[in-house]
Order: sequence, then C-alpha cells, then structure tokens
Amino acid sequence: MSTTEDHPTEQIDQVVVRFAGDSGDGMQLTGDRFTSMSAVLGNDMATFPDFPAEIRAPAGTMAGVSAFQVHISDHDILTPGDAPNVLVAMNPAALRANLGIMPKGSTLIVNADAFDDRSLTKAGYQENPLTDHSLSAFTVYEVPMTSITQEVCKEAGVKPRDAERSKNFFALGLVSWLYTRPIDPTIEWITKRFADHPQVGEANTRALRAGYDFGETAELFESNYEVRPAHFEPGEYVNITGNTALAWGLIAAARQAGLPLFLGSYPITPASDILHELSRRKEFGVRTFQAEDEIAGVGAAIGAAFGGALGVTTTSGPGLDLKSEAIGLAINLELPLLIVDVQRGGPSTGLPTKTEQADLLQAMYGRHGEAPLPIVAAKTPSHCFAAAIEATRLAVKYRTPVILLSDGYLANGAEPWRLPEVADLPVIEPNFATEPNHTEADGSSAYWPYVRDPETLARPWAPPGVPGLEHRIGGLEKADGSGNVSYDGLNHEQMVHLRAAKVAGIARDIPLTALDDPSGAAEMLVIGWGSTYGAILAGVKRMRARRGRDVAHIHLTHLNPFPADLGEILARYDKILVPELNGGQLWRMLRAEFLVDATALSKMQGTPFRPVEIEEAILEMLGGTT
Amino acid sequence: MTTTAVPVTTRKDWSSDQEVRWCPGCGDYSILAAVQMLLPDLGVRRESTVFLSGIGCAARFPYYMNTYGLHSIHGRAPAIATGLATTRPDLDVWVVTGDGDALSIGGNHLIHALRRNVRITILMFNNQIYGLTKGQYSPTSEVAKVTKSTPFGSVDAPFNPVSLALGAEATFVARTHDMDRAHMQETFRRAHEHDGAAFVEVYQNCNVFNDGAFAEITGKEVRSDMLIPLHHGEPIRFGAESQRGVVQRSDGRLEIVDVAEVGEGALLVHDEQRADPGLAFALSRLANGPHQPTPIGVFRSVERSEYGEEMERQITVAQDRRGVGDLATLFRSGSSWTVD
Ligand code: SF4
Repeated sequence: MSTTEDHPTEQIDQVVVRFAGDSGDGMQLTGDRFTSMSAVLGNDMATFPDFPAEIRAPAGTMAGVSAFQVHISDHDILTPGDAPNVLVAMNPAALRANLGIMPKGSTLIVNADAFDDRSLTKAGYQENPLTDHSLSAFTVYEVPMTSITQEVCKEAGVKPRDAERSKNFFALGLVSWLYTRPIDPTIEWITKRFADHPQVGEANTRALRAGYDFGETAELFESNYEVRPAHFEPGEYVNITGNTALAWGLIAAARQAGLPLFLGSYPITPASDILHELSRRKEFGVRTFQAEDEIAGVGAAIGAAFGGALGVTTTSGPGLDLKSEAIGLAINLELPLLIVDVQRGGPSTGLPTKTEQADLLQAMYGRHGEAPLPIVAAKTPSHCFAAAIEATRLAVKYRTPVILLSDGYLANGAEPWRLPEVADLPVIEPNFATEPNHTEADGSSAYWPYVRDPETLARPWAPPGVPGLEHRIGGLEKADGSGNVSYDGLNHEQMVHLRAAKVAGIARDIPLTALDDPSGAAEMLVIGWGSTYGAILAGVKRMRARRGRDVAHIHLTHLNPFPADLGEILARYDKILVPELNGGQLWRMLRAEFLVDATALSKMQGTPFRPVEIEEAILEMLGGTT
Repeated sequence: MTTTAVPVTTRKDWSSDQEVRWCPGCGDYSILAAVQMLLPDLGVRRESTVFLSGIGCAARFPYYMNTYGLHSIHGRAPAIATGLATTRPDLDVWVVTGDGDALSIGGNHLIHALRRNVRITILMFNNQIYGLTKGQYSPTSEVAKVTKSTPFGSVDAPFNPVSLALGAEATFVARTHDMDRAHMQETFRRAHEHDGAAFVEVYQNCNVFNDGAFAEITGKEVRSDMLIPLHHGEPIRFGAESQRGVVQRSDGRLEIVDVAEVGEGALLVHDEQRADPGLAFALSRLANGPHQPTPIGVFRSVERSEYGEEMERQITVAQDRRGVGDLATLFRSGSSWTVD
C-alpha cells in the first residue's frame, strides 16, 4: 500500500467498522464489498448485518436505519467485535440510532450534506449534533458525501437525483482509503454487476474513486491504517454466510447419502435464503418446493422421505409452531427428516430480523405426547455446513426427524471458511430395506416395518417400489414389530420407551464433550450452545490472557441427546455460567438433567453477546477483582 | 424400474390382511370393493402403488390395501402426496380423503395441489358429515343441518366440491357415487389415466350419522330421473326414456328441459376438454344439493403440464447447461482465495 508523505500509514491489528444509513442507502452492499476486499487481503473477519424488519420504512427515520458491522483483523477473531471503532453515518437517523454503541474516543464519519433541518427533525434531533458540541467525545469527520458524488457524476451525464444514489460508493471509497483496501476489485465488480446499466456503473465507479481520492487529498485525516493479513491455515478459503453454508451442507449431505434432496419450504425471515440458494442449484438434482404454507412444506418433505429422498424443511420460529403436528407424525412414522429452524426473536412475529436462541425448549418439548427427537445446533456461520451434514447423518441412521438450530446472526453473518476436501466428507449410508425381515407362523416371509436394529433401535426404511415390502404406516400407535395399528396400553408404553431409547442412544454415536480447560483445574466453567460460540470463547480467552483467571469452556453442538460424559464433567465445577440469548433454556435443561447449580446469563436484545459482556459476567461470578 | 410384465392379479392380491373396521352398511365398503376390483384391470403393480390419507373414516382406506400406504394427519395428505409424487414419478399416488379432511382442515392443501397439477388421484368421499368424531356437521352439510354441534341447525353455507375444484384450476374433476360400482370404476379409471391432479367427489352414505343423505338421487328407483350422466361429445340428457336434457340459454344459464319441447338439437353437448371451465362450472351449479337432478361423471379433463415433470425438466436443463453438480465447483462458485 502506498504511503504518501502527508499521510503516514499506521499498522493496527484490528478494526471494527460499522456502516449505517437508510434502508435505501445500500449499506448492506457497502459492508459486503468492504468485507470482500478484506478477504482478498487475507484478513480474518466476522460480519454482522443488522437491518430493520420493514422493507422500506419511511426514509430518514430511526425505524429505517440499516447497518452492517464488519470486524477485520490480522489474527484469529471470533465475533463482529465488542464495539465499532468507526461509524459511517449516512444521515442523522443513522448517527442517532448507532451512537449509543460507539465508545468514547471512537471515530464518526458523517455525510454532512444529510444534516439539514428536515432530516434532523425526522431523526428526532432538536439541535444539529454536528454543531451543538454533543459529539465532543468522538473524533468527527464531516464529509459532504452527497454533493461531491453529484459533482463527479455530473461529467458522466448522470442526473443529480440518480447520482445521489451512488453516495454509498463514495463512503466505501473513503473507508477503503482509510484502511488501505484496494478499490480495483470493486471497480471490476461494479462493471460486471451493472453491465446492463453502464451509466449507473459509471456513477458508482466515479463515486468510489472520489471517496478514495478524498481521503488521499483532503487534509482531514492524519493517517490511514493497514491491517496485516491474518495467519490462516494453508488452504483455499471463501467468505460464507450461515444460510449459504447450511444450503451447501444439505447438498453435500444428500450427495454423501446418495439421496435426492427435496426441500419443502415457505418463505420466512431469516430462513428464506436457504430456499433461495437451493433453488439455484438444480444441477445437483435439488427439488425445491415453495409450499402453500409451513405445514405443507414439512408435509411434502415427509412425503419425499417416505419415497426415499432426503426430506428437508426450513423455517423460523413461527413456522416451527405450525410444523409441530407433522413433526410428531414423522416421529411416529420413524422416517428421516430434517427441520431447520433459523431462530429469531419471539414470541409470535416478534423480531423477524433480529437474532435470538429462544426456540431450544420448543425444539426439545414442543409437541404433544412423548415425542423426543435429536437436536443439533450450529455455532458459527461456516459451521452450518458441518452441522447440516451431522443432522442428516443422525436423521438417516436413526430414521428420525432432527431439528437443526441456526439463528439470525449465523444466517446473515459471514466468516472465512477453509474449503473441505470433498473426499474427506463423511459418507452416510441409507441402508434401504431390500427383502422381507419376518417369517410368519405359516412359514411365509413378510416385511415388518417396525422390526428394529438391535444396536441403533432404528427401524428399516423401505421406500415404495420393492415387491414384497408393501406396508402401511401412519400416525396411529403401532404394534412393536409388525407395525399394525395397536391400541394396546402395554404396547403403547413399550413403543414410547423404544422411541425415547432410540434417541437417547445417539449419545453413544456422538463425540464426547469437547472440554476446553487447559489446566484441568479451572475455577469455573462457561457452557453455551449455538451462535454464542465466538463471544463466549473470546470472553473466556480474555479472562485467561488479560486477567490470568482459569476458566473452562464447553460449547455444545448436540443438545439432545447431550454428550455421554457431560454430567460427569459438569459435576467437577462448583461454578457454572450458561450464557444464552434467551431466558435460560439450556440452563433449565442442564439443571433438570444433571441437578447442577448453574447460573444463567440471559440477553434478549436481538443482538449477539459482546465478548465484554461474557467477561464481566465471569468476573462477577469469580468475585470481581483480578 | 423393472421391465417384466405386470403380474396378473385379483382383488385378493390388493386386499391387506387387516380387518375392515367401518360401520356395517357404510358406503365406504362399496368404494373399497370398487377400487380393489378395478386395480387388477389397470395394468399397475402393487409395489408401485401408494395410498395416502389424512384423518377421518375414509382415511382408514390405506390400511385395507395391500400396497404401500401412509395414513397421515388431518387434512395434510395432498401436501404429503405432493412431496412423494414429485420425487417419485414412477409411482401411482392415490389420496383418499373425506369432506371434512379435504375441504375443512385441509382445504388449503387441496386447492394448491389442484392448481399445481401434481400427478395424484384424489378420491374425496363426501358424506356431508363428520363420522369419526361422531356426528358434527361438515363443510358440505346443508344449511340448517341439526347435528351434535349444531342443535339449532347450522348457519354456514356449504361448499360445492366440484365447483371448488374447478375454481382451484383443477384439470380433472369428476363426481360419482357409492351405489354404482360400474360408474365408480369407470370414473376412477379415467381419473387414474389423467396426467396431473385428478379430483373425484364420491357421494358416500354414512348410515350411522347421515343416513340417506343422497338417497333422493342415488336410490335405484330414482336414479335415472335424478342423476344426469355426463358423456364427452354427447348431448346431456337423462331420465328413464332420456326424455329430459340440459340446454344453455342465451344469457349463459343452464336449464333442465323436456327434450320433446326443445328438440334434440337444442341440447347442450358435453365437452369436458373445453379450455374455459365456465360451462363445467355451470353444470356443477345445476343442482343445489343432492335433492335435484345432479350431474355425475367427468366435468372437466384438460391437459396442462404436470408439476413434477416441470420440476424434473428444470433439473435436466440445469444439468445440460452446467453439467451435473459438483461439490468442489459449488464451493468455488463465489470468489475464493488461497493461503499458502
Ligand atoms: S361413521 Fe359413517 S362414514 Fe364412518 S364408518 Fe360409520 S357409517 Fe361409515
């Protein structure tokens, strides 16, 4: 990177940038491009798109503010950062909505053109914050982004109104200069993306260059910064969101099982991108069915599973409510089925675009009758890939519906993912039934759909098409073995026990607890699940590194059943902290299952934990001082 | 898929070993018999035949068929069948349902399966009552019906299932009744032949909770005067001497007339293949409940691309264009970078 005389380039190890503007300002795109450029430079990064539920809330209002936070670093990072170092605010509402999370001393780059009386009023400002000294704790750069953009676009023959829309590229150019990101890849990207609208492409390119040049020439910034490449394991990487990783995991799982993939789904935030991604991948033989409702989505997936396909349905909380009855059917049918729940804030419609982990107890208990099923949870965006394969493995091997939990943060957040070798992916064996498995009293052979494998307790899977294996199954209780309808009380109790034992037995088929306790004698244990992985690990690491405290960490991928040795491990610790983005659901499960005196750390604000919150909770539990 | 000849079968081969448990005298018995006796004639295989159902008396049907079968949950059979039929185009998928199952709790799935034209054959037994839950009124019960849940008479207007199916863009819509095996079998055979979603309403007597609901039109003695058989390409007429018929008035209205009065040439000629469903719809409105002369047979049978085939076609096109999917290529479909 060039260092001019006026502008020395400083080395920094990491930075958190937050782009904020109106929903229509293209902030998600801006953040995404900044992320891509950082990936090319070899930085480690984590992203956190944060957008409103309304597609287009009134322009300029607080409700319409959309933000994208990206954390780039020269070392391994786990979260989108505690707090931004830089906020780019495209209008007063964006400033006002985000100022609360900006630490004192951080940098604000604001689009000065947008701070007119009308916009200030819309954002709820009585006084202009740029002039009333209320921002004196921050380093504020006022940049006339709109007017410069309009100026440079004029020569390209773009009308001022249209040019105004390119101002996000000006901001991107300026921040690119500030953090020494090359803009050429983005220019290439613009050319391709706007090939059909060359004038728009030209305006965007001009705005981008103008932003970059502004940084270089305006005597505003003292220096710019360089974040060196992070150390990565050798390999090939892509930047991937949780929803894409999950979709690819489903494709890979179906392939590794040799089963056609069928997705029955109804559009719902924040899960729809899985449907979108799979709909694009028809060359893998993927069938995507956009159903008339959530129930039809899971119903069709059950029908596909009956026919010998990998049946999958994807949804979020409200959809999971609607699917409960059908999931109960699949438990009774003992057919493989995958239910993906990308959790969001609830109850009811709740916070559609905000993250939460509050469906765990629903996944665990949200059906009538005794209806256990395995639960797998992804912990990072890229881990959604492996989690999808693991959930499929369990579903197919144990002939059971499996709930795979993701959440809004994982779904839209992105991180670098080292591409796996296809040859290393696990093989899943469907083991279809091929011949009769029972001899009748008269010596004739028959196929009994509920004869169980003695080891796994799984029943055979016999999709239609094989002569001699014709059979009927259904939601009524079945006689153990023959599968005929049975109302016998003792048989029912036996079947309840068998279904429960089958799911519980999966504990023998999953890894033991991955305990992170370097000394083996930690003062306390922090245990979590799902998307809190990065924040918890970062908090624990800081306790160790900065405060010299000995803290152990467990992060669960399997929530039902738990790893076989979990209870024994929990018993070793007097102090157990369970941070969750809910009111204490894993916490409840651990206490109920293992009678441990664990403490819940709850957060339900629609945003992920920040490492500092974990750190503080640990400190409090350990008794304060270092 | 096997290429050997379809084995010769009889009704017995298609009957499971399960004891049939409908109430004695229930119309379901004759429908079951009609289906079990028809299947040996259809040139189909037991292992490639699936009966799917939801909940209700009719929904027990799959247990009595020696085929693959799935007795699912209330109203959802068309959705489940959609997943099965689209992933297994080699199978014959039958959905057996009732008026409560298909039109009340499962109404949404029914209309969408019909509009998508998924290759499934839907037999809807209409007895105008809830049987399994012991006698509440159903979405096809007539207004003022007195049942356990409507002691003062029901106040909601019923569905006309044939009208509903036509309105849902169904490509095959027919009606038959449980008192006429030959007519049932001919109708089921046509439905089975149809390439797409076929909907058959079967008037079925529930002798326990709604006995005689269709007696005014299906009874042996009254049948010829009260049922109007539809035959493609033929003038629509009925009566013991075929003395009555249907004409279309200049304002589009259909009317029942004496053939002698209008002359044979004035009768409406039935055309089940008309692209516009308007006439079929008008025919479905000819009777306002099973007390007036009622058309039976195939109302509509038109060709439209089948849902599963279209899904399959998109896959084939994608594979022709991009080659069969390869995971390593998929992983690199965005921009990747290498760390040495
Ligand atoms: S209740 Fe009615 S429909 Fe049900 S089995 Fe008995 S007679 Fe048949």
